[in-house]
Amino acid sequence: MASEHDSLPVIVTRKDEALGALQQMVSKSLGWARKYSLFQYPFVTACCGMEYMTVGASRYDLDRFGAALPRFSPRQADLLMVTGTVNCRQAPILRRVWESIAEPKWVVAFGVCASTGGFYDNYATMQGIDRVIPVDVYIPGCPPRPEQVIDGIIMLQAKIQGQTHKIIERKALPIAGREPYEP
Amino acid sequence: MAKVVIDALLARFPRIAADPYQGPGGDDVVFVRKDQIVEVCRFLKTDPGMAFNMAPYITAVDYLGQEPRFEVVYNLYSTSLNHRVRLRVKVPEGDAVLPSVCGVWRGADWFERYCYDMYGIRFTDHPDLRRLFMYDEFVGHPLRKDYPLRGRQPLVKERELTEPYRGPGAASPDQA
Ligand code: SF4
Repeated sequence: MASEHDSLPVIVTRKDEALGALQQMVSKSLGWARKYSLFQYPFVTACCGMEYMTVGASRYDLDRFGAALPRFSPRQADLLMVTGTVNCRQAPILRRVWESIAEPKWVVAFGVCASTGGFYDNYATMQGIDRVIPVDVYIPGCPPRPEQVIDGIIMLQAKIQGQTHKIIERKALPIAGREPYEP
Repeated sequence: MAKVVIDALLARFPRIAADPYQGPGGDDVVFVRKDQIVEVCRFLKTDPGMAFNMAPYITAVDYLGQEPRFEVVYNLYSTSLNHRVRLRVKVPEGDAVLPSVCGVWRGADWFERYCYDMYGIRFTDHPDLRRLFMYDEFVGHPLRKDYPLRGRQPLVKERELTEPYRGPGAASPDQA
């Protein structure tokens, strides 16, 4: 017994589908754009930094993957490379650096020290940076070979490509110091 | 290498310096009593025949289970006469307080802070006896042999930066 209401869901589904397709398109192209323009902030604290320089240099050349330019201000970066041992005293500084990176941002834990604390199983070393910030890719090794780092970057790129970007209702952003705008 | 120094020390401080021996590597070592360490150091620095104008390394050792438990080791070097000597000072656990030699060598400042931080040995008359490596909230002294091997402590908050050109802790109350 078909009534007017029965046909409504069909229309709604179509709208969803249309939105979904648009969202997929936007996600795909945004992901594609983002994954080839990774600007890294090197949080280099220890010996892994040497390997990091090798990866960036001409022999392995991270530029082939669009991740060549280190920015030395977190405000210009979107990939935080935590490269080396982070001790407990440095944890709040790492947290602050991560907080000052604008969204979207990703974190790579470079080497076992950053991933788990490594063999520094002692009073001074933080046992993995995921105790203070979320991590997207862990690269094992002490230090990791440049090939491993490149593999990690490719994994991160796959992850960025797969991320979805929701299309949401447009809303006025609240301006600091003023009442939020209510239409 | 520094037999002259040891002989002069033993002759000048017969009750304070004792048991000299030659350590591995050829350094001459002598045991010094705790309370007179500043006098011995001042003599070693100011006497023209000694001229120990540099204290390259001052550290501590924890001999857990022995009495006295701690030991502070002063490695001294003379750049003009090119000789070295090592002073060992036994420090009991119950009274781990030592006079500071910062007045003799200014560079001893951070070494003594290190000994305080890692071993909990206090130095009287030190200008600024704070922890050197660990943060203020840290409990205990990590290089003591009875500090638990996996002793973890909670992470701390970031410290306020009151003096941006000198770093956190520059305007801490114990320095004011
Ligand atoms: S993982 Fe190894 S190479 Fe990297 S910072 Fe730690 S100790 Fe150094």
